[in-house]
Amino acid sequence: MSDDRLLQSRRNALKCMAYGGAGTLFALAGGVFTPIELAVAAADKQSAARLGKPLFVQISDTHIGFNKDANPDVNGTLTQTIDLVNGMSEQPALIIHTGDITHLSKPAEFDVAQQMFSRLRTTELHTVPGEHDTTDATVTEYFNRFGKASDNKGYYSFDHAGVHFVALINVLQFKPGGLGTLGTDQLAWLAADLKGRSASTPVVVFAHMPLWTIYEPWGWGTGDSDQLMNQLRRFGSVTVLNGHIHQIVQKVEGNMTFHTARSTAYPQPTAGTGPGPGPLKVPAEQLPKMLGITSVSVVQHPRSLVLSDTTIT
Amino acid sequence: MILGRYRSLLTAVAVAMLWWIAASGVSTAGTPDATRITVKDFMFEPVSLTVKAGSTVTWANMDDEPHNVVSDTGLFRSGAMDTNESFSFKFDKPGTYHFTCSIHPRMVGTIVVQ
Repeated sequence: MSDDRLLQSRRNALKCMAYGGAGTLFALAGGVFTPIELAVAAADKQSAARLGKPLFVQISDTHIGFNKDANPDVNGTLTQTIDLVNGMSEQPALIIHTGDITHLSKPAEFDVAQQMFSRLRTTELHTVPGEHDTTDATVTEYFNRFGKASDNKGYYSFDHAGVHFVALINVLQFKPGGLGTLGTDQLAWLAADLKGRSASTPVVVFAHMPLWTIYEPWGWGTGDSDQLMNQLRRFGSVTVLNGHIHQIVQKVEGNMTFHTARSTAYPQPTAGTGPGPGPLKVPAEQLPKMLGITSVSVVQHPRSLVLSDTTIT
Repeated sequence: MILGRYRSLLTAVAVAMLWWIAASGVSTAGTPDATRITVKDFMFEPVSLTVKAGSTVTWANMDDEPHNVVSDTGLFRSGAMDTNESFSFKFDKPGTYHFTCSIHPRMVGTIVVQ
């Protein structure tokens, strides 16, 4: 390789890194989220406009405190993610974080994360915890900072722009040898929450661990999610958003769209590759292509949501 | 006094022999550090460990991913152990103790205290 080409490839690598750690943009269309590259949406205003106004951006698995080879600078990639979101021509109304805010549930990690989130131009942030955020038995650190919306229960709901949002927690009542668990109290609360709501209300459900079984041997699923699906089935448009597995996996089943988001910190192997779901080390120039956000927009005619995933490259 | 000294010597020999028997028992088990559980590749190794009452068991995480150990009965619970961090717990009473990594609940193990 000539010096020029080497320089060029370095430039490209740096350019890639400039978008590092981006999230996914969702627009809800006909109940089905369609992935859209955020970088494309930012660069091409016409296609961004076709997506409608971004309703929210999903950021996941920021793992503040992680410092291993797979990404020694998770603060840097989260900064790039935040810059990317802040640079969107139309700001999303909400930001949703689907958990593993921190790596080890340490107070200092939560403090850094909160400081970084405060740079987001969109100030309405909704969170659910991941299992990395709840390793202290009492979940004190997470709830002290993010527990208000749920009265320290971890699950809550809210409405925005005619869409009903449901935040669920599936990382607390773990069963040895098993998957994530919602538990009877939370499921009973949800039944009451959904009761009387029109089936035409678009519903967005988010939790950290996948709410559908992606790969049981690695615990990528929620043991009692069938009971959740029974409650959601009557709705005409249901979008289920998760994190946890640090890669995009999607499924459409009837009126339900399931989507897992990329991490902003480090990728994980695909299901069953290697001994377990640990940090995946990839060449530095590949890393930004494996980190990202998800963005969701509402299309009004016909009323629907559209999903889009954006990497940092 | 001579007899007393002889007795102490006998006791010392007996203790040494007991130690040797115990130590050889350990070596036949193939693990030189029998109260240590290594956490590697999302597994506890050994997955089941038998110790005497009063033993302190140490879990050491060798993965790039954090793990913890949580007793099924709530008897003990570690924080998240990052790479090369460890956690120890002293088992005073005989019994069978099951534990799980709450971060990866597929990871389970057992301590048998005799």
